[in-house]
Amino acid sequence: MSRLSGLGKPRVGLIRFPGSNCDADCVEALSRHFSIHTTVISHRATELPPLDAIVLPGGFSYGDYLRAGALAALNPVMKEVASFHRRGGAVLGICNGFQILCEARLLPGALLENVSGAFICRWVSLIFEERMPCAIRLPVAHHQGRYFAPPDTLLRLEANGQVIMRYDGDNPNGSLAGIAGLASEDGRIWGMMPHPERACDGLLGGDCGLRVWEHFFHHVVGRVAWK
Amino acid sequence: MRFEVLVELRPEVLDAQGRAIQEALYRLGHPLQNVRLSRRYLLEFGDDTVDPEGEARRIAAEVLANPVAETFSLTRLGS
Repeated sequence: MSRLSGLGKPRVGLIRFPGSNCDADCVEALSRHFSIHTTVISHRATELPPLDAIVLPGGFSYGDYLRAGALAALNPVMKEVASFHRRGGAVLGICNGFQILCEARLLPGALLENVSGAFICRWVSLIFEERMPCAIRLPVAHHQGRYFAPPDTLLRLEANGQVIMRYDGDNPNGSLAGIAGLASEDGRIWGMMPHPERACDGLLGGDCGLRVWEHFFHHVVGRVAWK
Repeated sequence: MRFEVLVELRPEVLDAQGRAIQEALYRLGHPLQNVRLSRRYLLEFGDDTVDPEGEARRIAAEVLANPVAETFSLTRLGS
């Protein structure tokens, strides 16, 4: 049975920056488990094809130079992403993608260096709070994953229910309020530090990533209403 | 015309590298109370640039520093 039954086939684009390295994993996960063909879009693109969702993958875009995600956020293609969102599109930023979304001010706050000062690469327990809280495990692999926002921003995020993913017990990077993933105020932009594309197969460590993708497609992409 | 921009984390934000360096220095016998890092950028404008200081300030505020977690200082340097 299709994981996206009742949804139709969403048109997904993925933007690859110099240094993005989780693009192939995303394309493979969407192809293998959702039968979605993802259009890979160059950072040099000046316009986007018709899409329902855009994925910003993980990696080290621009070598994390200046700040992680900062140079990618300044790339003109991100203006197209912002415009796509304004028109009604859905966006998912994973790891470096989340960093890019924060630097581009499409999501609030910033991702700073892990409090340990170390690159952390392991599976973590999370509460995924998109509809009803559920416990999942996903892998993280990052050096700058510590979520930070000023107090009034944090209050607003919590009050609006914008925190969609939280580290459960074990906060690997010192993120404020254990925040691992956020949604925009309108719910159409998701950003998360853990990698759902790396958790789609029990043989490779776990398949909780499938649930994250399903929720994104059903509850974000599936609810898109174009302006 | 040259400007120096120093970008550092806001005081309320933990500087993880600074703390690691402070702990290492402490073990070497230097009981420092605090160590914080900043990034230094050197911006060099042509002599015919209009309002180089204003431009340097905009560059610092909009690109070099992320205002969510960082502050910056701007100093004009001698040529």
